Amino acid sequence: MDHLTKLEQQSIFIFREAYNSFDSIVMPWSMGKDSNVLIWLAKKAFLGRVPFPLLHIDTTYEFPEMYQFREWATKFHNVEVKVGINEDARKRGIGYETHDPVTVTHELKTLALQRALAEGKWQALITGIRRDEDPTRAKERYFSPRNKDNEWNYKDQPPEFWNQFATHVGPGENVRVQPILDWTELDIWLYIRREGIPIPSLYFAREGKRYRSLGCWPITHPVESNAATVDEIIEELRHTKTSERSGRAQDHAERNAMQKLRAKGFF
Amino acid sequence: MSSSSANPQSAIRTPQSAGPLAPEIGYVPTRLAADYSIATTETARLNVVVVGHVDHGKSTLIGRLLFDTGSLMKGKIEQVQKACAAEGMEFEYAFLLDALLEEQEQNITIDTTRIPFHTANREYAIIDAPGHTEFLKNMVTGAASASAAFLLIDAHEGIKEQSKRHAFLLSLLGVGQLVVLVNKMDLAAYGEARYREIVAEYSAFLVTLGLKPAHFIPVAAKHGDNIATHSARTPWYTGPTVIEALDGFADIDNLSAKPLRFIVQDVYRWDDKRVFAGRIESGTVKEGDRIVFSPGGKTSTVAKIERWSSPERTEAETGESVALSLTDQIFVERGHIGTHEQDGANESQQFRARIFWIQQEKLRIGQPLTLRLVTQETQAEVISIEKIVDATTLSEVSRSGADAHVARHEVAEVTFRTKKPLAFDVTGSIAPTSRFAIYAGRAPSGGGVILPGRYFQRGKEGGVAENLFWSAGRITRATREARNAHPGMVIWLTGLSGSGKSTVATELERQLFISGRQVYLLDGDNMRQGLNAGLGFSSEDRTENIRRAGEAAKLLADAGVIVITAFISPFAADRERVRSILPANRFVEVYINAPVEVCKTRDPKGLYARAERGEIKEFTGVSSPYEAPVKPEIELHTDQVTADQAVEQLLEFLAPRLELNRDPQI
Repeated sequence: MDHLTKLEQQSIFIFREAYNSFDSIVMPWSMGKDSNVLIWLAKKAFLGRVPFPLLHIDTTYEFPEMYQFREWATKFHNVEVKVGINEDARKRGIGYETHDPVTVTHELKTLALQRALAEGKWQALITGIRRDEDPTRAKERYFSPRNKDNEWNYKDQPPEFWNQFATHVGPGENVRVQPILDWTELDIWLYIRREGIPIPSLYFAREGKRYRSLGCWPITHPVESNAATVDEIIEELRHTKTSERSGRAQDHAERNAMQKLRAKGFF
Repeated sequence: MSSSSANPQSAIRTPQSAGPLAPEIGYVPTRLAADYSIATTETARLNVVVVGHVDHGKSTLIGRLLFDTGSLMKGKIEQVQKACAAEGMEFEYAFLLDALLEEQEQNITIDTTRIPFHTANREYAIIDAPGHTEFLKNMVTGAASASAAFLLIDAHEGIKEQSKRHAFLLSLLGVGQLVVLVNKMDLAAYGEARYREIVAEYSAFLVTLGLKPAHFIPVAAKHGDNIATHSARTPWYTGPTVIEALDGFADIDNLSAKPLRFIVQDVYRWDDKRVFAGRIESGTVKEGDRIVFSPGGKTSTVAKIERWSSPERTEAETGESVALSLTDQIFVERGHIGTHEQDGANESQQFRARIFWIQQEKLRIGQPLTLRLVTQETQAEVISIEKIVDATTLSEVSRSGADAHVARHEVAEVTFRTKKPLAFDVTGSIAPTSRFAIYAGRAPSGGGVILPGRYFQRGKEGGVAENLFWSAGRITRATREARNAHPGMVIWLTGLSGSGKSTVATELERQLFISGRQVYLLDGDNMRQGLNAGLGFSSEDRTENIRRAGEAAKLLADAGVIVITAFISPFAADRERVRSILPANRFVEVYINAPVEVCKTRDPKGLYARAERGEIKEFTGVSSPYEAPVKPEIELHTDQVTADQAVEQLLEFLAPRLELNRDPQI
C-alpha cells in the first residue's frame, strides 16, 4: 500500500472510531485546505455523506473568497453548516484595527468556539490539525480530551497505543479527534491532487505571491511563490525551507505563543 | 450541483480549470479531476522511535539528525537560540522537539513528539520518547506505533533502569528492529574499551529478551560524531553511521500474507442498505468470499466491497478501511472479527497474557477492568497472577496471597476472565488481534499480549471448546461453568444445632460472592418456609426434608451455582443419597464438629433447653441420634477455632476445587 493510501485509510479508521464512540459530533470547518481534506475523508469513511454538522467559526475577518467558497461547498458536499460568531466581542469593538493579534484571536476564534461548544454540547470535535504544523501540535494524540473549560492538559495526556483511544467524556467535556495528525503539508497537497478535492484559489500564486495557510486577512501574509498550480505547489514544498505557518502572525507574537493559545482551546 | 450567487466584483478568480465540475457562471473553486496514479511513487514513511534512560540524549540526537540532514525550516534555529538564551543555556538541540515551555525550563521531555524527516533514501517520522519513569505512558504511546527503535545509552553513566525497561517494553510492544547508540562518547574520551564494555553488558541483557540489535554505534550526538558522517575521533569504529543504520531498517509488512482478520467497527444502515464498516488488519478479502464471524461463528458471503469515490476493486487488502455488504441477513456487530472459514480466530472467555501496567494504582485480582482488543470491548478481571517481573532486572518479584498485585511499571503474566467471549489470536501470529489495552479508568492503564494456550479455534479440529458458553446446541453444565469460570457444586455443611453451621455458611457465602462467584445459601429456614412447608421432625419427615433440599441443591449446582447448605442432616444415609445424585467432585461434605456440651452452652435459640424440658421432641443430640460423617471431605472443629478461622480453613480447602479443569484426583 502506498504511503498516501496508508494515511487515508488510517484517517478513515479514526473517523469511524469517533462516530461510533460519541453521541454528538461536530467538525469545525475553516474552509482551508486541511479542513476540505477532512470533509473528503469523512465522506470516504461514511460512504459519501458527512453524518454530523460542520461548524464555521466566523471571525468576520475572513477573506471574501472564503465566504463564496463556504456557500458553494455547502451545496456541493451536501453538508449541514453552523456558523459561530462572537457577536459580543465585535460589539465591544474587539478587532485587528484596535487590538493585538493574540487578543483578537482569543476573542474571535477561541471564545467564539467555546461559546458554540457550550451551546451545541457536542461530545467530540473533529479537527484538522497536523503534527508538522507546530511543535506543540506534534505532541498531540488522535483522541485528545478537553476539560469543561476546553483546556488541554498537555502535561498529563492519556496514553494511546494499538489504536485504542481515550473515548470517555464527562459532562461538559469534549474530545478532540484529529484524523490527519500524521499527515504533512505535502501529503495534504498530494491528496488534493490525487482525489481532486475542491479548495479556494487563494493558495495559488498571483504576481509572485500565494497564501500557504489561511486565517484572518489582517494577520495572514502571503509567501513569495510562483506556484500557480497544485503540481507547482507540490514541487515547491519538496524544496522549501520556510515553515507553513510563517505567515500567521499570532503564532509568533511571543515565545511559546502557540502553546499558550492551544492550552486555552485554540486548535 | 448548484452554484451560489456570483460575485463579479471579486478580484479572486480561479487560476485554472475546475474540470468537469465547472458551472458556467458564479464562484468555482479550484479542482482538478482525480488522478489515482499520484503519489504512488512516493516512498513509504517509516516510524522510528528513540528511547533510553533520562538524559542519555534522545532529544539531542533527534535535533542533531534534523540539523545534519537539513530538515529544519528557516527560523527554527533562531527560535531555539532565543529559547536557550531565555533559559541561560548554550545551544540546545533538544529544544527543537521539547517545545513545551515546561520542557524547556526543566530541560526534560514530558511528552512524545513525532516529526517528519527524510534522508536521501527515505521519509521518516521520528518519534521522541521521554525517559523519565513518570512519563513511561508517553514512552509507550510513542513506541507502540514504531517499526524500529534507536536505544541510547550514556557512555559515561552506562546502563540504567530505563535502558533496560525500555528494551523490555519494545519487545512487548512488538518493535523488533533495534539499533543501540552508545552516546556521549565525548565524556568517555572516545575510548573503545568503555564502548566494548557497554556493548558486552547490554548484549547479554538483550539476549534474555530475545532482542538482537542490528548494530551498536558509538556516537556523540551533541558534536555529531558518527551521526551523518564517520567521526575521526573513533577511528576504531568501522560500522555504519546513525543515518546509514536508519536507512538500513526494513519496512516490514508481515500482515498481508497472514490469514484474513476483518474487524468490524460499525454497522451503517443507510439508503435501505446494511453495510459492515471495518478494517482489514491482515490478509485479503474478495467479493464472493465466504466469511465466518467470531465470536459466535455466523457465516455469510461478501456481496460487495463498498468504497466512496475510489477506483472500483473487488478485493481489499491489509490496512484498508472498507465496508462489506453480505448476502445473508445475519447479526454482526462492532467487535466481530471476520475470517475465512479455514483460518478462524481463537475464542475464549479466559486466557493468559503478558501485560505491562502503567497506572499509579496497583492491578489486583478481581478488580473490575475493561479490555479492548481491536474493536471488541468487554468487562474482565484478573483471576490469577502467575509471574511478576521487574522489568529492569528481569528477576521475578515474589508476592502472594492478599498482597498479590502488579505495581506500576511492572510486567507480569496473568490469567484474565472476560464477561463476554473474545475473538483473538496469540502473540507471534497476527499482532493487531493478539494484543489489548486494559482500562481501569478512563484512559488505558496497561496493555498486554495473549500467550499461546489450548484455546478453541474456529475452523480447526481439536480446539478446546469447553470454555465457550455459546457453543452450538444445548447449554450444558459445562458451558455454564465455563461462563462462571468455576464449577457448580454443593458444599454440604452438617453438624449439631449450635455447632456453627449457619455462621460459617453465611460468611462463606459472603466471601465467595465478593470474589465473583455465583453462590447461594440454602438453609433450614428458607427451605422449611416454602418447599418443605408441612414437613415435621419425624425421622421420615427429616429424610424427606433432606431429600428435597438435596434435589434443590442439585438443580442449582446444575445451573452453575456454588450451593452452600446448612442443615443438621443427622442421618448418614440421607447425606450419601445427595452425594450420589451429584457428579463426582461436585459434593463436598463439611463436618462442623463441636461437642454437644459446647453446643448446649451456646444454644443461641434456646432449643437445647426446651428439648431437655421435653418441649421439643426428637431433638438431635438430645432425643434423636446424630450420625457423624465417617469420611467427610473436611472437618472443622468449631470448639477449637473461631468461626472466622473455620471459614478460612474451609476456603483454603475449597480453593483448588473452585477451579475448572482440575485433576479429579484432588
